[in-house]
Amino acid sequence: MAHVDVDLKNVQEQFTFDGKLKKNVLLIGGIGVVLFVLGAIFLMMGGGHDDHHAAVQHATEVASVASDGAHGDAHGGGHHGEFHWYQRIIVDFWMSGVFFTGVALLGFFFFALQYVANSGWPTLIMRVMLNFRQFIPVGGIVLLITFLVGSHTIFHWTHDGIADPNSPTYDAIIAGKTDFLNVPFFLFRMVLFVTIWTFFGFILNKVTKAEDQDMSGTTKYFRKAQRLSVAFLIFFGISESITSWDWIMSIDTHWFSTLFGWYILAGWLVTAVAFMSLFVLILQDMGYLKLVNENHLHDLGKFLFGFSIFWSYLWFSQFLLIYYANIPEETVYFIDRLKSDTYAPLFFGILVTNFLFPFFVLMTRDAKRKTIMMKIVAVVVIFGHFMEYCLLIVPGSLKENGGFGLTEIGTGMIFLSIFLYLYFTGLSKGGLIPQNHPMLEESVHHHT
Amino acid sequence: MEKNTNYLVGVFGDQDILVKAVKALRKKGVKIYEVFTPYPVHFLEDALGYKRSWMPRAAFGFGALGTTCAILLQSWIMGFEWPMIIGGKGFIAIPDFVPITFELTVLFSAFGMAGSFFVSQDLKPHKVPQIFDRRQSDDKHIMAIDLAKNSLSEDELKALLQEVGAEEVNNKSFTEREKKASFFDYVSDLFTKGVTDSARELKG
Repeated sequence: MAHVDVDLKNVQEQFTFDGKLKKNVLLIGGIGVVLFVLGAIFLMMGGGHDDHHAAVQHATEVASVASDGAHGDAHGGGHHGEFHWYQRIIVDFWMSGVFFTGVALLGFFFFALQYVANSGWPTLIMRVMLNFRQFIPVGGIVLLITFLVGSHTIFHWTHDGIADPNSPTYDAIIAGKTDFLNVPFFLFRMVLFVTIWTFFGFILNKVTKAEDQDMSGTTKYFRKAQRLSVAFLIFFGISESITSWDWIMSIDTHWFSTLFGWYILAGWLVTAVAFMSLFVLILQDMGYLKLVNENHLHDLGKFLFGFSIFWSYLWFSQFLLIYYANIPEETVYFIDRLKSDTYAPLFFGILVTNFLFPFFVLMTRDAKRKTIMMKIVAVVVIFGHFMEYCLLIVPGSLKENGGFGLTEIGTGMIFLSIFLYLYFTGLSKGGLIPQNHPMLEESVHHHT
Repeated sequence: MEKNTNYLVGVFGDQDILVKAVKALRKKGVKIYEVFTPYPVHFLEDALGYKRSWMPRAAFGFGALGTTCAILLQSWIMGFEWPMIIGGKGFIAIPDFVPITFELTVLFSAFGMAGSFFVSQDLKPHKVPQIFDRRQSDDKHIMAIDLAKNSLSEDELKALLQEVGAEEVNNKSFTEREKKASFFDYVSDLFTKGVTDSARELKG
């Protein structure tokens, strides 16, 4: 509420990752493993579905085969052959991997953005943003392995003979896209992008940590970090779009949307901001980040609120044009999701969790400044966007054999646990506050 | 020229001194009439103890009104007054309505906010401003204290103001004509005399 008189020489805090937090992070992973194993057993026994979905499921399979003319038409009919339980697990791994790698990338993007925007308010929580980078290489490796193991399950375009006119599985539309969508080029892009993101993360981390050691009051490191951030942002802008086509849009190979890169960016970004707010609040509950107050939280809340609306805006922009134009090759994407008892509840559910809930709850100034409100909204938004990834990835690869059940949540929790473990381990290396950052004082006195 | 309300005008050069002065004066029970600053000063509202503005609530209300109007308007036109089939959709197809609903919500909210702002700041046609010191829009922070509303005497207040860091302390009174001035008098005064100001004469 007033001017904070702080000795800026003495603001450094050292985070240690142990005790209750470590236990909780491992507990999340443990519960995830249990749910995952349970779900896998149900899948093996129930021919693909856990209890909850089983009854609904059989009805839909019949209905969807009978009713969706466009569905069968556009996808050239039953290309996946018989469904095996492990296919769903492969797709679950891909879904969680893409989700958390993207969140890690966008969290790091947000860090670089602060440098480019010359913004002073977040200086105290810069390390909270920076350490999102820890998951990028691990996520990349998991995705690479998942792709090598199960590319045929996830991506229709990887099937043999799909671009060969003499093959019985020839698909003229996909054949036209093979210049871009072929396995070597796909793997090249994937490895290149993840490597360069990791490299930028590594070098920016090095620069900011070097700044901590230099007591001379120079802005040399700050300028260097700024230049690196600009370079990263340019590369990020191109690579993020291509990644979203590669990893997500190419699952529904026939279908395409021109604003897909933006749409994916918005979803990842709002989730990253939600994680960020949650991390700040967790650290504060543990007694760290003493100088962060409700003004910083207010700004994070504004980003969470704003990007939720931004996501909804792009989601709706994509939907409205397809709905209005009513061209079969485009509408098939939404018919897969809307005419299905498995996916339709998710389709409308994410609108509640990702738009209506944050919109109405975070609308007032007071809500953004209250820790409990921010915590609730952040958790709901994270879960909502996880469900969104189920909707983006599973219907295209598994059709009616997928769903949002125990294995999805289990895999998600395992990935979350790894993500948190790497994140907090990274945070414990080096100080929690960039103590020689030239804008530290501005951040300490930040007031909205 | 009768002077019936007398103000003490403290002139401050530094925003930090100003905020501290406001706090110190309020602690001593001095009632501050108003503080004028050339730019927004952080923490000043808190120091003055201002309540939260009702503008956000007005914005929400006008926005909700816009949403309602937009939905009613479109449903009436497309569903009842002149039903049309567009793209094979139903007459009242909610997704089609979203862009216009959004735009009208923003429009109502924006106009409503502009109107609310005029009302909340009492900005009406022919409003004549009471200027305590011309430098309030230039390089000084001006604090006005209404003597009639304070129990302390003028000299005590003057001493207090100087103690908390005012660069100058001036007296300011508005003449009967200034207080109930017509807009036309005000404009003609502007042309003939410039802005009347006891603290500093106009140049030239």
